[in-house]
Amino acid sequence: MNFFREITQKPWLTTDGPGGEIRDHGAFALPKATVGVRVFLVVVTVLFSLFAVAYSDRMAVADWRAMPEPWLLWPNTLMLILGSVALHGASLSARRGRMDDLRSRLCLAGAFSIAFLVGQALVWRELFALGYYAADNPANAFFYLLTALHGLHLLGGLGVLAWTVTRIYGGLEPEKFKRSVDLCAVYWHFLLVVWLILFGLLLFT
Amino acid sequence: MKKGFGVALLLILVVVGTVGFHVFSPWWWTELASNWGYIDDTIILTFWVTGVVFVAVVGFMAYCVLRFPYQEGRRSEYNPENKKLEWWLIGLTSFGVVLMLTPGLFVWNDFVSVPKGAAEIEVMGQQWQWSYRLPGKDGVLGTTDVRQVNDTNPFGINPKDPKGQDDVLIAGDDLHLPLDKPVKVLLRSLDVLHDFYVPQFRAKMDMVPGAVTYFWFTPTRTGTFDVLCFELCGVGHYAMRSKVVVEKEDKFQAWLKKQQTFAQSLREAENQSGGESKVASALGPENAAGGGSGSRDHGAPTVRVNP
Amino acid sequence: MADIVPTAVDDIPSAEVAEVDLYHARSWWTKYVFSQDAKVIAVQYSCTAIAIGLVALVLSWLMRLQLGFPESFSFIDASDYYQFITMHGMIMVIYLLTALFLGGFGNYLIPLMVGARDMVFPYVNMLSFWVYLLAVAVLVASFFVPGGPTGAGWTLYPPQAILSGTPGSEYGIILMLVSLALFIIGFTMGGLNYVVTVLQARTRGMTLMRLPLTVWGIFVATILALLAFPALFVGCVMMIFDRVLGSSFFMPAIVEMGQQLSYGGGSPLLFQHLFWFFGHPEVYIVALPAFGIVSDLLSVHARRHIFGYRMMVWAIVIIGALSFVVWAHHMYVSGMNPWFGFFFATTTLIIAVPTALKVYNWALTLWRANIQFTLPMLFALGFIVTFVNGGITGLFLGNVVVDVPLSDTMFVVAHFHMVMGVAPILVIFGAIYHWYPLMTGRMLDEKMGQFHFWVTFVGAYTIFLPLHYLGLLGVPRRYFEMGETSFIPASAQDLNAFVTVVALIVGFAQIVFLFNLFRSLRHGKVAGRNPWKAASLEWQTDDVPPGHGNFGEHLPVVYRWAYDYSVPGAPDDFIPQNVPSNAVAENHAEAPSAADGIEAPRT
Repeated sequence: MNFFREITQKPWLTTDGPGGEIRDHGAFALPKATVGVRVFLVVVTVLFSLFAVAYSDRMAVADWRAMPEPWLLWPNTLMLILGSVALHGASLSARRGRMDDLRSRLCLAGAFSIAFLVGQALVWRELFALGYYAADNPANAFFYLLTALHGLHLLGGLGVLAWTVTRIYGGLEPEKFKRSVDLCAVYWHFLLVVWLILFGLLLFT
Repeated sequence: MKKGFGVALLLILVVVGTVGFHVFSPWWWTELASNWGYIDDTIILTFWVTGVVFVAVVGFMAYCVLRFPYQEGRRSEYNPENKKLEWWLIGLTSFGVVLMLTPGLFVWNDFVSVPKGAAEIEVMGQQWQWSYRLPGKDGVLGTTDVRQVNDTNPFGINPKDPKGQDDVLIAGDDLHLPLDKPVKVLLRSLDVLHDFYVPQFRAKMDMVPGAVTYFWFTPTRTGTFDVLCFELCGVGHYAMRSKVVVEKEDKFQAWLKKQQTFAQSLREAENQSGGESKVASALGPENAAGGGSGSRDHGAPTVRVNP
Repeated sequence: MADIVPTAVDDIPSAEVAEVDLYHARSWWTKYVFSQDAKVIAVQYSCTAIAIGLVALVLSWLMRLQLGFPESFSFIDASDYYQFITMHGMIMVIYLLTALFLGGFGNYLIPLMVGARDMVFPYVNMLSFWVYLLAVAVLVASFFVPGGPTGAGWTLYPPQAILSGTPGSEYGIILMLVSLALFIIGFTMGGLNYVVTVLQARTRGMTLMRLPLTVWGIFVATILALLAFPALFVGCVMMIFDRVLGSSFFMPAIVEMGQQLSYGGGSPLLFQHLFWFFGHPEVYIVALPAFGIVSDLLSVHARRHIFGYRMMVWAIVIIGALSFVVWAHHMYVSGMNPWFGFFFATTTLIIAVPTALKVYNWALTLWRANIQFTLPMLFALGFIVTFVNGGITGLFLGNVVVDVPLSDTMFVVAHFHMVMGVAPILVIFGAIYHWYPLMTGRMLDEKMGQFHFWVTFVGAYTIFLPLHYLGLLGVPRRYFEMGETSFIPASAQDLNAFVTVVALIVGFAQIVFLFNLFRSLRHGKVAGRNPWKAASLEWQTDDVPPGHGNFGEHLPVVYRWAYDYSVPGAPDDFIPQNVPSNAVAENHAEAPSAADGIEAPRT
């Protein structure tokens, strides 16, 4: 393993030369933004994993009463999937340099994502109307907490997406927006996976 | 050279001062009153092992400071690493760690393994007072539930549990324990985290609302000992006191006979139809916090089942 | 790769990565206020951290006054006291130490030491500071809301943290939790920068093993923080739900003051696990940067390479990894399953081994060195003493059965103040005396510095050493006043009064330091380039203080590690990292041919 080999070097012996091969990249042969997003995704993964641990710990107590899953969650999930697919398409068209496709697909992705968020808000309203409050049962509280947190992450992603779109309309050079769009797609796929796991957790408990 | 001397002096004074303070300090642990002498022994062992390391490291630095102060034109030794030396140091440190940890784990094994036949008693914490419950003639404590707590049942004992009827309740008074009998202390809290600690017993455990925790010990010395709360439990934390009286078996039995059982307390409360019985909650946060010294008389019973 | 034969590479082109779009300030506002330059952000972080730290210092005086002279101060009641200890602890650990080491030193030193123009995401870096400032503002606001700040202790244990028996349970606790959540968000933004800059933005030739230990310490600490802070975030958010929405994540069925509350089923221990899963790595988040910085201070001022560099790096990495499997040693008497004690006592004592090795290697660095008794060196020596002292008392508390009588006594207070209060702060002082000339171009005043060191070190040691023995005696921590007991002699109170007096003296000595900081800005001796003759890259900039973009037209190329001090045969007693060996030989004709390829170090 490269990393292991590197940290067993005796640095006082390797004078001259940049210590082995000359590299114009850092530890990973990836753009900085990509590394940054990946590190961020690790942090978010830790965050949601800890929530999952807390969830399973609290679930074991007898007072846990599972919540009904409103049917609206299914179309919401579909919206998020479509958003992810649209962004994937956008990143493909960015690579092929098809600007018209790119713009329409980005806007489509944004629209699907907003539809998801609106749908989630409707789910909340429905549950409130049925009288499911956070104070009544930890299952309810977890539902609101996790959906809110997931929604906030998506909202942050939408901010970046909007910024990317405005920059593309402002005439950014292709090299740069290719990366931006790619990273947005990665982030959306990640949030989709998080949502599917959360949804599964809510469905099966 | 002069400066190096001053710094070396400082380091040596630190060593001498620290060791001297350790040896001559009038502040040391209180005389043991339980079976946990092994804990004290482990502490002494740890003092020896770590003390040697402390003196050696700081002493070595003092020597270096004295011996190798800056001289224009002189060069330090260039010797980036010495694997052999480092592995020796790792080995020695590991040995020291094993030396301290092994006895520690054996004693911990004793600590968590309650001996058969240990008498069960219950300590209940609430802001900011202690109450105690001892099993009655049946030798078993009745079940409890926080939801059952009310004015006439401040302990939340399940009224339908026959085993709880003869439980002896001590609210706002000292706990008595027989000498040389192992005790398993069951710990329960009505509201927040507390921690039941008698320094002379060396053993403690947090009490957690919603759960029953425990520790065990054997009182080995008669006397009256202070009970303190050792987990910050709100503004009256520092004033949450009580006492434990360790006495010979016959005196303990005589004391035990005079205490009221759960059934008796229920009957009395019925006779008075709740009119005069003061509730545990009479001691509000303002009472405990405001006065400081005023609320510190730990003897004052706030739950009077026996007017 | 260890046995690379040194080959002279005449002309390695400087690494100028096109990707770095250096941000250029267009106005005074974007240059000094909303700046994206890591060096400015570092100063902003440091000043904010020190300012809020001074608040915590004053709080510590107030609580010491109460402990030393109980019943003498009518303006301190029990509620106030618990608010003081809570805010003192929280500010010192999170808002001062974490922010100063990572946001302050991290921002200033990482780009300079790895040979980068700036952090990789300057805009996010700027946001990081402003979110941190907002977190501090929310924290300060909690002093002014009805009921005041929370008094739940810095550990914020539920259920008490949100029940009415604890001061500040109305608004203080909510603001505290919100402030922590904001801090974590802000830190994550900064942390991404630190990690990615170290990974991806090193200049040519700067291999991982050529990084100064300062960078290693901050780098690993940042990784720990990125992985550990989410646990605190989870705990905070769930507690906000419990407090504001009445959910029962951490709240069991409770009878409070005779009233049945509507909570039920929650687990207070779950919060403690989350808190300490963050809380123990947090100790190393503070300690690892201190480890790194002190290594560099010792090396530069002892004119010798750090001894056992590779072991030092590995130890940092191993300590960082192990810090995630020791958290429950804070919970031996919490009521968790007692069988966990075996596991956590073992892991905790194992972590002592790499830590001890670091101490040995610091001491061995002084062996046959050429020690200059500059202020940074004095503080570094002070650090080793206090760290060894605090480290060995950690072996008491980590050994589960010894912890039983000592937990929640003054012994614990003395231990963590020595090991993660005094020790890292001595490093911070040493680091400020060391890098102030780089940041400002002027030296700090030596006389005031000497006074500052002697009073601070001797005073702090005198404060915390005796407190261990009060703890051994059984004096609990977090007691507003001791009242009457049968086992605490009256002399303990005299000792408390003495400690308070010393604490006040040490506190006031810090005013001299602050005065020195401000006065030397204008009146300090001009430092010139590289006053300490240090080899690492931050001192090799074209301008002092380094200008925007850190280095001149070209980024430096690195030819050696950061510790080439007293290399045999070299003309000077140090060789900067960016000097190739043929340049060394040219300057010094009689140098042996393999001047700096010391092949076989004596063992």
